[in-house]
Amino acid sequence: MLRMEAVTKTYNHRGPAVTVLSDVSLEIHPGDFVSIVGPSGSGKSTLLLALGGMLSPSSGIVELDGESLYELSPDQRAELRGRKIGFVFQTFNLVPYLSAVENVQVPLFLGGIIGDEQKDRAVSLLERLGLGDRLEHKPSQLSVGQQQRVALARMLANDPSIILADEPTGSLDPATSAQVMEFLVQMNQEGRTVVMVTHDPQVARRAKRTLTLENGRICNECESQAG
Amino acid sequence: MKLTNLVWKELFERKSQVITGLLAILLGITVIVAIKNISYYSEKAVAQELDALGANILVLPKSVTLQNYYSADMQGEEFPEEYVERLSQSNLKGVDNLSPKLSLPTEVQGHKCTLTGILPKSEFQAKAVWQMAGVFSRPEGCGTVVAIPCLTPDQPKETLVRTRVIETLTNTEALVGADVASALKVKADDSISVMGKTFSVAAILPQTGTVDDSRIFAHLHTVQQLAGKNRVINVIEIVGCCNQILQGLVPKINGLLPEAKVVTIAQVVDTQIKTNRMMASLSMVFLAVIVLVGGASIANYMYGNVYERRREIGTLMALGADSRFVLKMFLFKALLLGLAGGIAGYVLGTILALLLGPKVAGISVLPMPTLILWAIGISVLIALVASYFPARRAARLDPFATLQEV
Repeated sequence: MLRMEAVTKTYNHRGPAVTVLSDVSLEIHPGDFVSIVGPSGSGKSTLLLALGGMLSPSSGIVELDGESLYELSPDQRAELRGRKIGFVFQTFNLVPYLSAVENVQVPLFLGGIIGDEQKDRAVSLLERLGLGDRLEHKPSQLSVGQQQRVALARMLANDPSIILADEPTGSLDPATSAQVMEFLVQMNQEGRTVVMVTHDPQVARRAKRTLTLENGRICNECESQAG
Repeated sequence: MKLTNLVWKELFERKSQVITGLLAILLGITVIVAIKNISYYSEKAVAQELDALGANILVLPKSVTLQNYYSADMQGEEFPEEYVERLSQSNLKGVDNLSPKLSLPTEVQGHKCTLTGILPKSEFQAKAVWQMAGVFSRPEGCGTVVAIPCLTPDQPKETLVRTRVIETLTNTEALVGADVASALKVKADDSISVMGKTFSVAAILPQTGTVDDSRIFAHLHTVQQLAGKNRVINVIEIVGCCNQILQGLVPKINGLLPEAKVVTIAQVVDTQIKTNRMMASLSMVFLAVIVLVGGASIANYMYGNVYERRREIGTLMALGADSRFVLKMFLFKALLLGLAGGIAGYVLGTILALLLGPKVAGISVLPMPTLILWAIGISVLIALVASYFPARRAARLDPFATLQEV
């Protein structure tokens, strides 16, 4: 389970302090599918990264399966991320000089999986996402939709129990966007927890529930029907 | 996927940047390899030329003042021949040859000349100026002299002459300097009478342009008998390795022969020492330039590379890479750059030396395989040190800051 308790994040960048998250508390249970919406600058990305152990809060506690993330060292958090969390980015963040299959192999390699098993799993994931004929293509040789599918395969490589997706459909056309959402719903149905930041109300409605952030605070919580 | 693949592919992705970043260190290594290569063979050539001048250390009686190298053995003072045994039986490093002498002024058929008693083998070994008579021979150990092509053992004529002179010079044989031979009109196998003793002329020595041209050389013990002196000499000429002289050979000989005066032929040694020092200084200057410019260039490239790859680094961290992995990734890249710079620098530097050696220094230069280890060592060290701080910066990047769009 993911849990935040009284989390505040304040930045001090050569000026007055800016509070991006203010006293946020939430619980996300295993198998949940949560969308986070809100205007630009409301703190959605900060919240997502804080949940993923990528951003230390100024105060408060972030727990993953009962373990306080920010009491761990940065390297311990990195190891935990590699094991339990899969990230999906709006701009995919594929490594440009690696082929599709090599991009998917990266988290496996970082997780200590080597040799044929590493490549076999990467190939299998890409085939599952319909990219079996694009294994050796570099990101620049793939369409935007194909790149996002490579990113999804990479996210799944270490079989994470939690998926944190930032605007996963933000760069995609409606058809590809629908495919990606279908995939995330499918991942959720397989039992994974999905937390997704989005601007798109239609996309947000695919989640089981929606959190709305305004000025760094959760202002309401709306349950929605999945699918 | 391995770390090697990851780093290798990134290097190939940004080839032009890699080449630009490597350029300074590559050029630096190239120049320094070329200098070291040329200077090595240049030092050899200088050493060979200096050796042709003869001895560079003289052992003289205590009371004698050194006027100059060529008159030093004509001072009339003497010391025991036993000093030679002390020297030859010692373990002094850098004594490449010994040549004890006893010289007497004399007159032959109305011509003034010098009768010099020598112990033939050592005398001939020390005198490279007699090379055309085939008496040049060098013992191992000094390492400052390269082979003289016309004296290689496979040349029958020289070998023949050498055998006759060195091995068979007896108490009745003499070697006659060029000027004396010309004045007396004698040639090899003639007889010559000196101080009442008849000698057979074993060889006429080639012109050297030195006082040796006015000498008649005979066996030391014969000359001692003619002079009525028992087992004395008035000089020991020593061919010493210049490097060992620098490291204190003269005081060591002085310690061995406290009753004698040991002096160096300062000009001869100084020339060698100055040449060595100039080359060493030049190498050090270039080394400093490499370290500064090459290091700065690599560091600049790596800082740029880290900045350019911030999002990639953040992504890797999001995927589970820890700081040690990121540090290792950049240092491994630095290692590859260092290896490439060292190997390429060695190859280019060697080619440069081979091309420029004959033109700039007038010497033939051969590749020096040992320099590749040196080139790689320096290059890798510079690349690693220069890359450490950029790599550390990468390892300490805030993953949130690198993923600004999130």
